[in-house]
Amino acid sequence: MTDITLQGGAPAEAAPASRSRIGRIVRRHPMMVAGGVILVGMAIVAAAAPLLAPHDPIELNVVDRLRPPDEDYLLGTDAYGRDMLSRMLYGARVSLIVGLAVAGLATVLGLLIGVIAGYYRLADAILMRIMDGLMAIPGILLAIALMALTRASIEVVILAITIPEVPRVVRLVRAVVLSIREQTYVQAAVAIGTRFPRLMRKHILPNTVAPLVVQATYIFAHAVLVEAYLSFLGVGTPPEIPSWGNIIAEGRLYVQIAFWQVLFPGLALALMVLSINVLGDGLRDMFDPKLSRRS
Amino acid sequence: MSTASTPLLSVRALETRFVDDGVALTAVDGLSFDVGRGETLCIVGESGCGKSVSALSIMRLLPPTSRVTGRIQLDGKDLGALSEPEMRRVRGNAVSMIFQEPMTSLNPVVTVGYQIAEAVRQHEGKSWAEGYARATEMLRLVRIPEPERRVKEYPHQLSGGMRQRVMIAMALACRPRVLLADEPTTALDVTIQAQILELMRDLQAETGTAIVLITHDLGVVAEMAHRVVVMYAGRKVEEAPVGDLFERPCHPYTVGLMGSIPELGSSLSAEGTPRRLAEIPGIVPSLRAMPAGCRFAPRCPLADERCHAQSPPLTENRPGHWSACWHWERAGEAIHVHA
Amino acid sequence: MWAYVIRRVLAIIPVMATVAVVVFLILHLNPDDPAAIIAGDDASTAHIENIRRQLGLDRPVYVQFFDWVLRLIGGDLGASIFLDRPVLQLILERVEPTLALAISTTIFSVCLALPLGVLAAWKAGTWIDQTIMALAVLAFSFPVFLIGYGLVQGLALELDLLPVQGFVSLSEDPVEFLAHLVMPTIALGLVYTALLARMTRSTVLEILNEDYIRTARAKGLANGRVLIIHALKNAAVPIVTTIGVGIALLIGGVVVTESVFAIPGIGRLTIDAVLHRDYPVIQGVILTVSGFYVLINLVIDLTYTVLDPRIRY
Repeated sequence: MTDITLQGGAPAEAAPASRSRIGRIVRRHPMMVAGGVILVGMAIVAAAAPLLAPHDPIELNVVDRLRPPDEDYLLGTDAYGRDMLSRMLYGARVSLIVGLAVAGLATVLGLLIGVIAGYYRLADAILMRIMDGLMAIPGILLAIALMALTRASIEVVILAITIPEVPRVVRLVRAVVLSIREQTYVQAAVAIGTRFPRLMRKHILPNTVAPLVVQATYIFAHAVLVEAYLSFLGVGTPPEIPSWGNIIAEGRLYVQIAFWQVLFPGLALALMVLSINVLGDGLRDMFDPKLSRRS
Repeated sequence: MSTASTPLLSVRALETRFVDDGVALTAVDGLSFDVGRGETLCIVGESGCGKSVSALSIMRLLPPTSRVTGRIQLDGKDLGALSEPEMRRVRGNAVSMIFQEPMTSLNPVVTVGYQIAEAVRQHEGKSWAEGYARATEMLRLVRIPEPERRVKEYPHQLSGGMRQRVMIAMALACRPRVLLADEPTTALDVTIQAQILELMRDLQAETGTAIVLITHDLGVVAEMAHRVVVMYAGRKVEEAPVGDLFERPCHPYTVGLMGSIPELGSSLSAEGTPRRLAEIPGIVPSLRAMPAGCRFAPRCPLADERCHAQSPPLTENRPGHWSACWHWERAGEAIHVHA
Repeated sequence: MWAYVIRRVLAIIPVMATVAVVVFLILHLNPDDPAAIIAGDDASTAHIENIRRQLGLDRPVYVQFFDWVLRLIGGDLGASIFLDRPVLQLILERVEPTLALAISTTIFSVCLALPLGVLAAWKAGTWIDQTIMALAVLAFSFPVFLIGYGLVQGLALELDLLPVQGFVSLSEDPVEFLAHLVMPTIALGLVYTALLARMTRSTVLEILNEDYIRTARAKGLANGRVLIIHALKNAAVPIVTTIGVGIALLIGGVVVTESVFAIPGIGRLTIDAVLHRDYPVIQGVILTVSGFYVLINLVIDLTYTVLDPRIRY
């Protein structure tokens, strides 16, 4: 073992705060940063889909049907002769929109219900029974059933995936609110007549942000996967919209002669979900270093 | 205590470092001490001074991020040279340890009898029946009523004081030659504390076990110790026989520790409040930013330029009384500055 | 202990009641006219009226609800609109493949995940831990159908080791039954294994940091003994809980897996019902599956009395 001088404090503290902080995060959580970079890259590509797509993602072109990957069609074509690459670029939009919308919506709803449940005893009893009931229904099954409610659309897909995700957020928020309520400084704040909105802003929100962000990331990843599952099963995004799940659902009929129709969108899906999950793990470790770094 | 001829446990230049994020932090810095048969050595200091880490270093129970150097000898045998399986035969056998938290130090899903019996089985190759018989006998020894019934009970069915008795029974089950007790009474209330200390003293008288008692409570020191080692920021700053230490402390830190104690010598104060360490102004330096000279200098009322620049060596100021202070002769004055 | 058991058993009543309300509302919170949706786009008014009467949708909502609940308690899940057969019968016909897949996947995943999770925790921070956890997050992120089609391509089509798809009943041919289960089990099981391994690792890791583990090591016990008696005995309750909670995820995955491997189970029944807007079947399936899930978790809660002496006494 080499000798390391301890006197003089931590090294490299003199560097500009923001720069060194980013550098530290990159060094400590390289996987998380990689996940984030891949995700942002996919988002940029998805946003630029109209510019990047070499072909029309919808227009049929029966002459070129089921063409394997070549220089015209980098990822081949589907059974209607549509360019896989173009369809996948547009499909990324669906995955990201659904994923982000579900994560946002579930978090907001969960935060709202969780705070109410944590704060008002009476509402708590009722709300938590409802949440227990919702949690007793396997998520994908509930989403499938909700899809039967009305005609399929992206909005309905988002709602159907969101509802099963809400109870977990509610539980998390409620637990934080309950523990914060017990803190002396919060009780003191209540005693001197602090109003609820201020209490929320000053005490509750700051303490829930970190676990909520982590939870929202995992919901994001799961929602992307569930959207693909629903579409794959034929009960998700309407078939005329190119989503990864839809592309795979159509391609599965030809999987033995045109594997690329399942493989490429499947891999894209796996990469997106993986990058979000890795990002989530990194955020979790960053907010709760005790979990990852104990040995 | 000068009665100890060859020390039973001898620790020399013990150094324990933790590697954290590429930086090595020294928690124990060159600690040396001896304990003889039947002797009780108290290690005193504020929390974070490295006293618990020292005990865990001797037991080799620290996480793999730690690096321990120095020589630890048990009856002349170098413990550092033992392989992990050989060390396992020492742990709980020749050297055993009692921890601070009786509420969490026992396995909640296993009966207390089992937890004692498995140690006996492990070290003495006894059967389960013999192990349980020993467990019952040990519970009786630590004065747990109805040991035959208690041996089959789970930790949550016992009170805190009882659990600490179980811990002691477990530690003594294989008749260790050295017992390391890390704040064994801190988590207990005062009456129970007194009972546990008395129990440890009685058991020592019967078995001749050497005890290294780690504490921050000078009341406990006065009650139990033959000799005392005072630690500050990972280093030994003073070592002396207990009477001499209380009478004529030779380090301003020791004086500071005693600062708020009204009278010395008796065990626990009459009102039933245990004596805690006095507040010393300032804070213990962080492992990441140790002062260059004497580590106590920033908090020391006697500190001068030399103290801030040069680390004082340990010197034997009186027979058997060592301290590391440039101004040891004036150490007693430290108290007046803060009074 | 009996107080605990009774409390646990009683706790499922409000849960199942809520499930029933939610399932009932799925049909009745519908912004559109359910009868019209069920009838389809080009149905005549008379046909829609017919369906409305058949489902009792012309009565007040609360009457419908209590009537429905009363029949549920009597074990009547209603009848399929599309197939015109009792829902319970439809479910019973489809239950074997789904149950077989769920059980085989649970066994596969538990047998794989527990050792891997424990190993990762024991070797925390080493390359072994990092490899296991990297594989777990990978398996966790891979869609079931990608693994499924990969297996079909490799094991069934290229190597011709296993049947491509379908299901054979155990009573018909036990060997074929197992052969048809292998690939679906792996495809679904890897996801569930990843989840369980991650949870096992964090549970065991947390327990290895407990004071009583240090006590056990201070006694000089061998590593295996510390791990099995002192760590795993304490990890049992949280791990078993995770297995139970994870079954919800597993059931969701079963639906997708059945579709990939053309297995005629509950999942297919559900999808067909959704495509035909066959509400009684959808409601029946959700009630049954949720009831099953709640019962499993009840059984798991009751095993705590064996695993944890603090509950037993």
